[in-house]
Amino acid sequence: MSNLSPEPQNDTAIFLSGVSVCYRLPSEKVATLKEYMIRLIQGKIRYHSFLALNDVSLVVKKGEIFGILGRNGAGKSTLLKVISRVLMPTRGRVWINGMVSPLLEMGSGFHPELTGMENIHLNATLLGHSRKEINQKIPEILDFAEIGDFIKAPLRTYSSGMYMRLGFSVATAWLPDILILDEVLSVGDAAFAQKCTERMRSFRESGATVLLVSHSIDTVRSLCQRALLLEHGNVLEIGPASEVSEKYNHIIFGK
Amino acid sequence: MNNISTPSRSTIYDSSKQRNSAIEELRSVFRYRDLIFQLIRRDIVTRYKRSVLGILWTMLNPLGTMVILSVVFSQIFNMGGTYPAYIITNLVAWNFFSQTTAASLNAMLWGSSLFQRIYLPRTSFVVATIGTGLVNTLLALVPLVLIYLVTGIPFQATVLLLPVSMLLLTAFSLGISLILSTFVAFFPDVAEMYPILLTAWMYLTPIIVPEEIYTKILGGWLLRLNPFFPVIRVFRLVIFDGKYPTLAEWGIAAGVALGTLLIGWIYFTQKSNSFAYHV
Repeated sequence: MSNLSPEPQNDTAIFLSGVSVCYRLPSEKVATLKEYMIRLIQGKIRYHSFLALNDVSLVVKKGEIFGILGRNGAGKSTLLKVISRVLMPTRGRVWINGMVSPLLEMGSGFHPELTGMENIHLNATLLGHSRKEINQKIPEILDFAEIGDFIKAPLRTYSSGMYMRLGFSVATAWLPDILILDEVLSVGDAAFAQKCTERMRSFRESGATVLLVSHSIDTVRSLCQRALLLEHGNVLEIGPASEVSEKYNHIIFGK
Repeated sequence: MNNISTPSRSTIYDSSKQRNSAIEELRSVFRYRDLIFQLIRRDIVTRYKRSVLGILWTMLNPLGTMVILSVVFSQIFNMGGTYPAYIITNLVAWNFFSQTTAASLNAMLWGSSLFQRIYLPRTSFVVATIGTGLVNTLLALVPLVLIYLVTGIPFQATVLLLPVSMLLLTAFSLGISLILSTFVAFFPDVAEMYPILLTAWMYLTPIIVPEEIYTKILGGWLLRLNPFFPVIRVFRLVIFDGKYPTLAEWGIAAGVALGTLLIGWIYFTQKSNSFAYHV
């Protein structure tokens, strides 16, 4: 791939060079220490290697909306984990400029006994924000979530709609430099869904880099400039979204 | 309404520049100190806020155990009126150790689903558990003082060294917690086995039974092989015995505690990169 620069540039958001991830898995699933010990004594522990990503190189520029296509098990989630620092690559180099937000499933990390306000603080610190940053954002989060006086009540008293609104408001209060969209947004009623779409649009307009993972060829074709096609951990194609979508279409439908 | 501002800090992550994971983790924990504070706050608030007995319970628990043990054992061990104070001193230290290590295993299990999705310093849950334990211990010191007053046992000036011995106890507990948490990330059933180990460990350490009895068993080797013993010994010496620990006693306790912490921290951070591989 001759268009890859050897070093990340000023306008680079994501830079991957020769990234491989190799899972070393026991041949049979050994889930407990007891089982592990028994098998160890019997000499029955065998591993096999599974190459989830093989020599992936990729440069995404700032402000780009980049699509990732591939079938189930092609290595999409592994690629996202490597980019969001959850997984260290076995080989290769991962270089990321900026804050990566995976837009967590809303409200993971919420505690039912804490009040809404306490949960905002807890969840926002889980996302890596400092107390000062959170205090600045509180009015905006409250305004967006429309919880009212319930903010002082424990979360277990919330309706599921309120729960989701609060989760979404915290997760999207900060503009990440790199946003990972791994699932379709469907939260709350129509009016709130509208607000969410608006917020997504403002993310794009403000110049955040977006990684869009989708099964839908149409979504990738219409939203992304460039895309990547993964198959069995290998990069099959990287280039303009329309060409990559066509190739993907070809391999899944054989036409 | 949609004026979203960019976060102030610029962060560049480069996997090829991550040389020492132990030091890198230390830096990360410092950056995420507000998270650790929030986690401690969560544990304290959920434990005490909405239950009247919450705070009282933390104090009543060692008190109740102490009363039972005193009734049962004070005649056997021939320690007379000092036995209740001996027991409660040891129990405060033991409860801190056993509760923080056991709780860190559960915190790790709770956190593992988050580790799969977002970047967090992996040690943060364990560190927060230790912080919560320190707050609980502060409360448990109230019944301790009460027992000393009631049984008429005076505090000596040596009690001023309590923070130092508490620091060693904290370092030791954090080290053991980190080692156990690494195990539990790979084998969740460790969390179920640990209480059994903990019970055995408690009876192998002079907590209920006076130290002299252990020195007579197996030529004192039970104490020499028990890494927790030197740590709890300096704790007891400065509060209950009212003696300044000798340089050797400090040295062994500090060596064991800080050594355990160092081993635990390095072991955990070496292994933590592969936590996400275990789904």
